[in-house]
Amino acid sequence: MSLPSAFPAASRDQLDALRAELSSARRLRGPALPFGVPMLDDRLAAQGLDGAGLHEIAAASSRLGDDAAASLFAAGIAARFADQGNFTVLWALSRFDLYAPGLEQVGLAPSQLLYAQGRNDQEVLAVAEDALRDGSLACVIAEVKAADMTATRRLQLATSDGKTPMLLYRRHRARDHCPLTQNSSAMTRWRIGCLPSLPLPHPGVGRSRWSVELVRQRGGNPFSLDLDACDDKGCLAHPALSADRAIASAGKASRVA
Amino acid sequence: MREMGRRSEGADHPFKAMPADEGSPAPAPRLTWANLWGTPTVLVTRTGQRDVITAACPVAIGLGLHLGMAAAHARALVADLEVREAEPQKDRAWLDRLALHAVRHWTPGASVSGDDGLWLDLSGTSHLFGGEERFCRRLLRFLARLGFSAQIAIAGAPGAANAMARHGGKAITLVHPGREADAIASLPLEALRLTPDVLTAAARVGLERIADLYPMPRGPLAKRFGIATVTRLDQARGIVAEPIVPVVPFETPQAERRLLEPIGTAEAIAQVIGDLVDDLMGQLQERRLGLRTALLTCLVVDGGQQRIGIGTAKASRDARHLKRMLAMRIDRIDPGLGIEAMTLVAPRVEDLQPEAIAAKLGTGDRPAELAPLVDQLSGRIEPQGLFRIEPKESDVPERATRRVDPLSKPTGWPAWKRPVRLLARPEPLARVMALLPDAPPRRFEWRGASYQVASGEGPERIHGEWWRNEREMWAVRDYFMVEAQTGERFWLFRRGDGVEPPTGDLSWYLHGLFG
Repeated sequence: MSLPSAFPAASRDQLDALRAELSSARRLRGPALPFGVPMLDDRLAAQGLDGAGLHEIAAASSRLGDDAAASLFAAGIAARFADQGNFTVLWALSRFDLYAPGLEQVGLAPSQLLYAQGRNDQEVLAVAEDALRDGSLACVIAEVKAADMTATRRLQLATSDGKTPMLLYRRHRARDHCPLTQNSSAMTRWRIGCLPSLPLPHPGVGRSRWSVELVRQRGGNPFSLDLDACDDKGCLAHPALSADRAIASAGKASRVA
Repeated sequence: MREMGRRSEGADHPFKAMPADEGSPAPAPRLTWANLWGTPTVLVTRTGQRDVITAACPVAIGLGLHLGMAAAHARALVADLEVREAEPQKDRAWLDRLALHAVRHWTPGASVSGDDGLWLDLSGTSHLFGGEERFCRRLLRFLARLGFSAQIAIAGAPGAANAMARHGGKAITLVHPGREADAIASLPLEALRLTPDVLTAAARVGLERIADLYPMPRGPLAKRFGIATVTRLDQARGIVAEPIVPVVPFETPQAERRLLEPIGTAEAIAQVIGDLVDDLMGQLQERRLGLRTALLTCLVVDGGQQRIGIGTAKASRDARHLKRMLAMRIDRIDPGLGIEAMTLVAPRVEDLQPEAIAAKLGTGDRPAELAPLVDQLSGRIEPQGLFRIEPKESDVPERATRRVDPLSKPTGWPAWKRPVRLLARPEPLARVMALLPDAPPRRFEWRGASYQVASGEGPERIHGEWWRNEREMWAVRDYFMVEAQTGERFWLFRRGDGVEPPTGDLSWYLHGLFG
């Protein structure tokens, strides 16, 4: 004898009520922001990035090239959040080495980007939390070296209070120690690294490619994809077909012009 | 003991003792009150093609110069004449300050009269200074300390006082009430503030003194010279009232609460702050002002004061926002034995008028107002930590950006490929292998790691800014974007164009990183 089968009608009602509650909660949170890359969006539990959640981004290694790729990944997401109505993005950090013309080239115009430079990680996190609760921003990016479970929990609560997405960019503290090994209450956690780009038929450098790895997500499985980097609107793209990729090994030396 | 003339002692250069600008005229000595009246001095204003004297010092007047004379004529008459430009705006600013001082210190009814006078309505205030006579002497001393000479007249009618002060010729004139007509009788007609054409017409018919007008019948007088002339005459005689419109000094908005019992808890302080902000916002609302700076002063029982200040990024009358900003700083107040009075002052306010709602009414999202957030965040971090980046007109990458305040609206940069992170200083590369003059490197070493370059783009040539300094005169940087075989992308540059040696020493640097 099994209990659920004893009350089939009641459980269906309950299920319907739960589903309705869930959908209303989803509607309240606002739609998720899709990446526009079907392979990526299909594997995300929310079909995109939750507009009221905490997302963590880290570089695949402590090398500065990967670090720059991860910053651009964050900037691209922020640009697409901000694109929905000329809103402002706050970038909180403690050591300022961003170059604004480079950020403009992934869609974050200087009029859309506000910087907040704190003295240490505590100040940066406090600024991010205040900005999230204010609710007048399109997106908040915070660059920190360390944020423990309590800090991420606070940020996660603040994002759902202010209905503002939060991108927590974790910098490497030491070589060979991924910052994403720490526990966190983020909705998604991303690890971004550089990949060699596809060769061009003429001398020059093509669109860069990244290995986009979703380390963890709520309600879904981790996965890893190779994607083309952000364009000038911050959109990722599906990589070219594998047939083209075969040329890569061919004339490498000839491309150094 | 030094002995002059020894061979080991270098002799001074023969021209060293000379002043640097030998031959040029000596610089004019600074004008002070001591030497001002020594030489005849006049002020001139340019009218049309010539400079006209608008003011002259007593010495100059004694030498026969008069107002309205051409400056060239005056220079011809007096050899060592000091001629300076008149500055009417600055004179006016002085007068305005004096009028404000008068309102605050002597009488509530004070205003500026003409270009060089003040009206003071002394009704009911002169006894505070020991009578009119003593007040006048005190005023003269005050003005002398500031460096002004003055002529003061006190009369029952403003017109008479004006006539006596400007044309009476005495430093202090007191006209007894009811005797204005007699007092001004012997003055010339200009003392009545008549228009120039009336004065010309009066001179033509032989009217010179004010007394000449008294016996004339009023009807023909008004017909001939206009009703304004008659009114001026009546005003001077005190028959027609002439009110003085006083200047109103700006009062700083402030609110104060004196407490029955000293308070010390954060909740009580927050409550009082809330009341004070509500009071202050009421005043600001009435006067259509917005607050930029607020200063909260807490008077502690033992006599000490605790102050906290806040500033807003944009003029604001939002009570909730200001309460929150003040509440964030409550922990900086040390109540000691208790606070017995609190004052909230707004030292800096700006005009804040109602704004028309933008045309996108009802069509959905408008960008939210950022100013409250900016205020709040600048309370968390130091205020200069909050900024935007604005383009600067420079091709040199590290000079192309500038921090500006967070509410500005900067524009973008030209769409040259630029890295996302820029190193604070370009870092030198080692063991670079590259073809000259315009190929990206094949391999290089940076921070101890060796990189094989898979592909590269460039060069983008950036010239030094020769107007800045000598070293940048010929300097050239050739920038390359290269991709290493691991996929990392770097922004490198080589100093020098590879052909001309003065452009650089062909060393390689890494300046930024692309993603």
